[in-house]
Amino acid sequence: MSDEMDMEEGGVVKKFMFVNRKAPYGTIYALEGLEVVLISAAFEQDVSLAFVDDGVYELVKGQDTKELGQKNFSPTYRALEGYDIEKLYVEKESLDARGLTEDDLLVDVQVMTAAEMAAAMAEQDVVISF
Amino acid sequence: MKFGVLVSEGPYTHQASDTAYNFCKAAIEKGHEIFRVFFYHDGVNNSTRLTEPPRDDRHIVNRWSELAKAHNIDLVVCIAAAQRRGIMDENEAKRQGKDAHNIAEGFRISGLGQLVEAGIQCDRLVTFGD
Amino acid sequence: MLHIVNKSPLQCSSLESCLRLATKGSAVLLIEDAIYGATKGSRIEAVIQGAMAHVKVYALSADLQARGMANRVLDGVTVVDYGGFVDLVAEHSNCQSWL
Repeated sequence: MSDEMDMEEGGVVKKFMFVNRKAPYGTIYALEGLEVVLISAAFEQDVSLAFVDDGVYELVKGQDTKELGQKNFSPTYRALEGYDIEKLYVEKESLDARGLTEDDLLVDVQVMTAAEMAAAMAEQDVVISF
Repeated sequence: MKFGVLVSEGPYTHQASDTAYNFCKAAIEKGHEIFRVFFYHDGVNNSTRLTEPPRDDRHIVNRWSELAKAHNIDLVVCIAAAQRRGIMDENEAKRQGKDAHNIAEGFRISGLGQLVEAGIQCDRLVTFGD
Repeated sequence: MLHIVNKSPLQCSSLESCLRLATKGSAVLLIEDAIYGATKGSRIEAVIQGAMAHVKVYALSADLQARGMANRVLDGVTVVDYGGFVDLVAEHSNCQSWL
């Protein structure tokens, strides 16, 4: 834990983007990706999350994992706001390709076109892909 | 330059660990510093002491240990991902009441904060995964 | 930005997504199975040729050679070794891996 205590990185604030392109439950990347995002909150960096391709499925409402027997971690996306992580960018083309709209999502997001998402990605200091 | 490396897949099944290793070697040859290699998701499986690959093939775990020793590289294994996948150092094994520990030389188990810190401290952070 | 793609574009859509989300002037480095995207005669050759009008495409020599594809590289693709890979990472202010 002492590693996490030393969070004074000399006041350096970088733009961190966490890119989510995989659906939940079929693989662990969405869940473990979210764990990194939560930890990043403690470092007071400029954090954003990008949801592209099947990553948009991570945010779909109404996930019920009782019969599956896996932990339903989707409520955690709603908790991000409490950690001051509010920049959730969702690519419009990815939603459209999956027959989804903003209304299908369980949390407030900023829907961006591919061009807007590309521009947002290009200006990041650190991009971590899961 | 100071590089951070994220390895997200285990040895042999995916090429990620090989590519990351070759990248690190090339970076060192060019005079750069590898600040940290962080192992996440199945990447933690690169740190088990118990692999016994065929003699005529590369020994991925040992290669990492040797590179770390030769160039003072910090090899960090995420504790949460390690616990899920059964990678333990001696302290963790005692803490969790396990009858064995299996972490290889040169690797240390720590928190996800070490990945975020690498992103902050390094000039570049490169992800190797699948 | 340097975009790094590792999966075969004939099998997986990560290169397609990368090209959709790479700004003009970016670099795209094909490694591991993605090097098949840099070879002549595939059904996506036209896509890659088209992309090269907007982004610079590179392919990793070790992965081309391992797969017996080193003599089938598309014109316009720059082949680099691991040293070149390192240089690309250093030269671009940021990088993104498309997994």
